[in-house]
Amino acid sequence: MKDTAPQQHAMASIGERVRPVVIGSPVAALYFIGDHAAFVGDEETITLVSADGEKAAVAVHGGAILSSVSDGKRIITGGDDGKVVALDIKGESSVLATDAKRRWIDNVAVHPDGTLAWSAGKTAFVRGIKGEEKAIDAPSSVGGLSFAPKGMRLALAHYNGVSLWFPNMTAAPERLEWAGSHLGVTFSPDGRFIITTMHEPALHGWRLADAQHMQMTGYPSRVKSMSWGMGGKLLATSGADRVVVWPFASKDGPMDKEPVMLAPLQARVTAVACHPTQDFLAAGYENGTILMVRLTNGAKVVVRRDGEAPVAGLAWNAKGSMMAFALQNGEAGLVDL
Amino acid sequence: MSDVNASASTKIPVTVLTGYLGAGKTTLLNRILSENHGKKYAVIVNEFGEVGIDNDLIIGADEEVFEMNNGCVCCTVRGDLVRILEGLMKRKGKFDAIIVETTGLADPAPVAQTFFVDEDVQNHARLDAVVTVADAKWLSERLKDAPEAKNQIAFADVIVLNKTDLVSAPALADVEARIRGINPYAKLHRTERCQVALSDVLERGAFDLDRILELEPDFLANDGHDHHHHDHDHHDHDHGHDHHDHDHGHGPKHYHDEEMQSLSLRSDKPLEQDKFMPWLQELLAAEGQKILRSKGIMAFSGDDDRYVFQGVHMMLEGSRQRPWKPDEKRESRLVFIGRELPEALIREGFQNCIAA
Repeated sequence: MKDTAPQQHAMASIGERVRPVVIGSPVAALYFIGDHAAFVGDEETITLVSADGEKAAVAVHGGAILSSVSDGKRIITGGDDGKVVALDIKGESSVLATDAKRRWIDNVAVHPDGTLAWSAGKTAFVRGIKGEEKAIDAPSSVGGLSFAPKGMRLALAHYNGVSLWFPNMTAAPERLEWAGSHLGVTFSPDGRFIITTMHEPALHGWRLADAQHMQMTGYPSRVKSMSWGMGGKLLATSGADRVVVWPFASKDGPMDKEPVMLAPLQARVTAVACHPTQDFLAAGYENGTILMVRLTNGAKVVVRRDGEAPVAGLAWNAKGSMMAFALQNGEAGLVDL
Repeated sequence: MSDVNASASTKIPVTVLTGYLGAGKTTLLNRILSENHGKKYAVIVNEFGEVGIDNDLIIGADEEVFEMNNGCVCCTVRGDLVRILEGLMKRKGKFDAIIVETTGLADPAPVAQTFFVDEDVQNHARLDAVVTVADAKWLSERLKDAPEAKNQIAFADVIVLNKTDLVSAPALADVEARIRGINPYAKLHRTERCQVALSDVLERGAFDLDRILELEPDFLANDGHDHHHHDHDHHDHDHGHDHHDHDHGHGPKHYHDEEMQSLSLRSDKPLEQDKFMPWLQELLAAEGQKILRSKGIMAFSGDDDRYVFQGVHMMLEGSRQRPWKPDEKRESRLVFIGRELPEALIREGFQNCIAA
């Protein structure tokens, strides 16, 4: 892996633009819906914070919140109470589905048209906008779900590969195989590639046109955060003590290419979020540090330094004028750009 | 290797409950869940509905075992367990400990190995002990025809020998001897309807390197029955004592299981760490499929600390534990439990590690 030289000079800081928010309990993930930052807790509640810092906690589950996703309008969560819940921009929550056996809802996904998917154990469910529901069993527990950016196609990550399912067609799902346990899954924004995070510290990818493999290895720990940047030309990832960025601009993606490594610190990267329109990203580290890093040259700006817990999540609003962050312990904040 | 950030005490203890079909696992589980002990357990069961208690911390699992992508065929882990433990950690503080029940036909190794290989699991939870419930009436038969039953006995830190009321005293002695022929190191409790003190089963710290057991075979260590005088002087090994049925009155019978055995080694001369560690790693890499469990307390030359380790198949965890006490005998002891152990090879390799 190639490296950008660590910079010796003191980093610029935008710490004065951080407005702290106290969530008060562990945060698992965060999103923007409209101009509200939504902090999804480990248990029970989502805390909505308005642009001017007003907080409102909304109860969504009667236990742990195991999974969450957002399309920018709603947040969909899955809980260990067997429920799939949606929270809208007005702060109103509704139960969308309840598992008949009260199994854990391990994964949720949402299609741009509003179609929902969720999974419990091996079974994945899809519910279209008219309410029609379909289910499919994966060969083993579903590790992750993701809709393709175009068309009605759902990817299910599981042991030894990914299944690509057209829920509106009767054909059996197409299977992409690679030994091992696949957890998270994401399509490139142009729909040409599919990438999984694995149980071992590696990513695996396929080019959908010909199922060519892409092995993306060398991480010291499991990759839990991925973010597409610069219109899908690259994929930034957590898992190392620097941001590992894989190139996807060419037709071969990262095949036979080295990733670029940015912003090395003496701590592992735990969260990444690429700016929605610009060529930089926010990177959060296990020591609570957050940096803004330019993807083209690795230049860094400090958002905050050191904390008592790892960074749990980072999110940009749609315009890219505001960023939200949270540490695992519930320390959080908004950053105005 | 041990984590410096989260000490053992902040990690949630996990008890693995195994046992062949019908031995009484569910009875024990129901007791743990219903008794008034002031503790709350999260329980991962292989089948819903067996446990007669409604509790939102009872989670169904699928026993999905997968092979790690590292070319090592016995490096299998329970993928579903990784996921469930991750979910449970979101509710930290709502329970004190976790119990993982396996199906009667399960090999305990993938469960145990999950705690050795998964970084996230290691950071939050620790394997406390493998507890095996055995049926006093049927175990002897199962040891002949069910390799799973034998694995479960070999793997155990604690054995609950249940349904003792259904067998005669000689039959009970016989089944105990068969257990000891496979695993002389586990704590053994005789029970009817799993009436065992829960403190004998839970929070044992059997996998805790700080509490690594006195490596004495349990039947020599005397647990309250009548063989305090039997005098076979600390054999260096637990099998191969001539295979005659020791007939010393009330001592236990000795069986040699043809397939599964234990082997213990000791030395009062210090060992060379630079020789021992590579030897042990190579031994486990080569023979780890046969070696189910390994444990040791080592005295290395030029080192005033005890080194302790414990392994499951090819996976090994070890650390310097504490300084040897002035009045403590600096003796290295290790045990292996496994099938068709290459005894001569292990003994010779061990001898070669003794400092000149």
